[in-house]
Amino acid sequence: MKLTLGPILFYWQRQQIMDFYADMAEQPLEVIYLGETVCSKRRALSLDDWMGLARELRQASGAEVVLSGLTLIEAASELSSLRRLCENGEIKVEANDMAAVQFLSSRGVEFVGGPALNIYNAYALDELVSRGMSRWVPPVECSAHLLAALIEQARDADVSLPEIEVFAWGYLPLAYSARCFTARAENLPKDDCGFICQNYPEGIPMTTQEGQVLFTLNGIQTMSGGISNLLAEYPRMARMGIDALRLSPRAQNMNEIVQQFDEVRRGGQPPLAVDGCNGYWHGQAGMLTVEEVGLC
Amino acid sequence: MQLVCPAGSLPALKAAVRQGADAIYTGFRDDTNARHFAGLNFTDKQLESGLELIRRERRQLYIAVNTYALPDGWARWKRAVDRAADLGADALIAGDPGVLAYASKHHPKLSLHLSVQGSATNAAALRFYHEQYGIRRTVLPRVLSLNQVRQVAASSPVPVEVFAFGSLCIMAEGRCHLSSYVTGESPNLCGVCSPASAVRWSEGADGLSSRLNDVLIDRYAEGEAAGYPTLCKGRFMVHGKRFHALEEPTSLNTMDLIPQLVEIGVEAVKIEGRQRSPAYVEQVAGVWRKALDAYRANPQRFAVEDAWRRVLDTVSEGSQTTLGAYHRAWQ
Repeated sequence: MKLTLGPILFYWQRQQIMDFYADMAEQPLEVIYLGETVCSKRRALSLDDWMGLARELRQASGAEVVLSGLTLIEAASELSSLRRLCENGEIKVEANDMAAVQFLSSRGVEFVGGPALNIYNAYALDELVSRGMSRWVPPVECSAHLLAALIEQARDADVSLPEIEVFAWGYLPLAYSARCFTARAENLPKDDCGFICQNYPEGIPMTTQEGQVLFTLNGIQTMSGGISNLLAEYPRMARMGIDALRLSPRAQNMNEIVQQFDEVRRGGQPPLAVDGCNGYWHGQAGMLTVEEVGLC
Repeated sequence: MQLVCPAGSLPALKAAVRQGADAIYTGFRDDTNARHFAGLNFTDKQLESGLELIRRERRQLYIAVNTYALPDGWARWKRAVDRAADLGADALIAGDPGVLAYASKHHPKLSLHLSVQGSATNAAALRFYHEQYGIRRTVLPRVLSLNQVRQVAASSPVPVEVFAFGSLCIMAEGRCHLSSYVTGESPNLCGVCSPASAVRWSEGADGLSSRLNDVLIDRYAEGEAAGYPTLCKGRFMVHGKRFHALEEPTSLNTMDLIPQLVEIGVEAVKIEGRQRSPAYVEQVAGVWRKALDAYRANPQRFAVEDAWRRVLDTVSEGSQTTLGAYHRAWQ
């Protein structure tokens, strides 16, 4: 199974981004996604910078590089930036909005469908595969049961499957809004946010009044409070025919996470206890940790 | 500009017709419908009788098959589309590309409206659905500012419908998994958000608590008005402070924007609330009809009357309304 590094969902300083990828270039990763998927105001790197970084990383790591597109497109300027990204002519793109699907499919180039596209069944999948989607990251709320049923449905309906990449580790991107919740928490207007989210390299925890960590605020994106971790599910995912596992960047110790997954795919024992949440995978509330490791 | 009103039951449908809705939208009694709540929606007989009334009064019926189809339930979504076509619905509201493809292939005469769950916020996404499935209208998510609605409407290949009044989704519709993260049930897959089956109220020494799947959404001191625990509208802790970290309990009301929406060329305004009572539909449809008629009769002198505002306030969450994302400062 391939290991992939998802796009950085937080807003980091330019130097931090560069250092991070210099580190990641040394890791056993087959695919590295780059680019800004959350907020168009985050411009530590321009499209040209991302392209330059992509070329360097491809050279240094041998991994396939993919540029991920913005998820929530509101302004005309965001749409024209997305068009430029899709028309880069060189590097594969991950579509996170149907606008990107439109740009990419009308140019006849292959693309990756990101987790923010709503595809939940084989017929919907076929609509995009037939228009060039070669790899697909299912919505984060999809369970193993749903995925298995979709794979079976595809076989029955003679729909060809793309590579399937499961979001296997990290804070789950759950929701997108017009409102910036980081700015709101800091009492700042969105139009004058001062890029305050750069102060929070892993977002801001939002807890209940009883102290239960519920969500993570990351600008206009709301993420899970807990880190989703499907490492213990590796054997089942392999049996299902999952092609790739996405690890979503965090600010500290990302290389340890990559190594844990790499060890298991090279034959190491998956952990027996689950560290993090995995409810979605088991068809339950995403925040839950279901201890259902295959011991038999 | 058309007035599109919700009907979760036959009495609500009758109220919408009586109060001058141009179109009434509803859905079937299963998970193909994003308002799939116990006790809601129509038996076959009720739907036939509602349709008869709609035809007699020369209004339109839209059917929402607006959840995402589950792989092992595909037959239900197919059947729902077939049924909408057989009924002669004036439009099918859908967001799943698989469902749209099926409808456009098997029922080419059925008019397709892209559901707000399709989450299309820009002209390029709309071109996709227009070129592939021939959609004839789209419902815009409640995340765009008025200026952005103007831009999208000007460059869209199809006319747009916007939300006029009702519960305020603060996340882009179709792009929110908060409900399934906490309860296991989501709008996209189950047609519910913060489902009633997960709600628990308890009274204790520290006040009245509302919970969703045991997660504390809000706690109210004595005398404080308590609202339904929609999870994005609770009070949470950020940086050690307790506040409505995502949004306050409030409803969307765009009545003040009628002149701008007409000028932009918005084809229809939609009232949210198929889960609400017939009395809600009666009141909201009534004042919106009056407001749209008043604007049509005399666009230059249009002003929202206090009486209309009062009616809308009484049926609003937390008895307050907002322009939401249409007004940039809200964002």
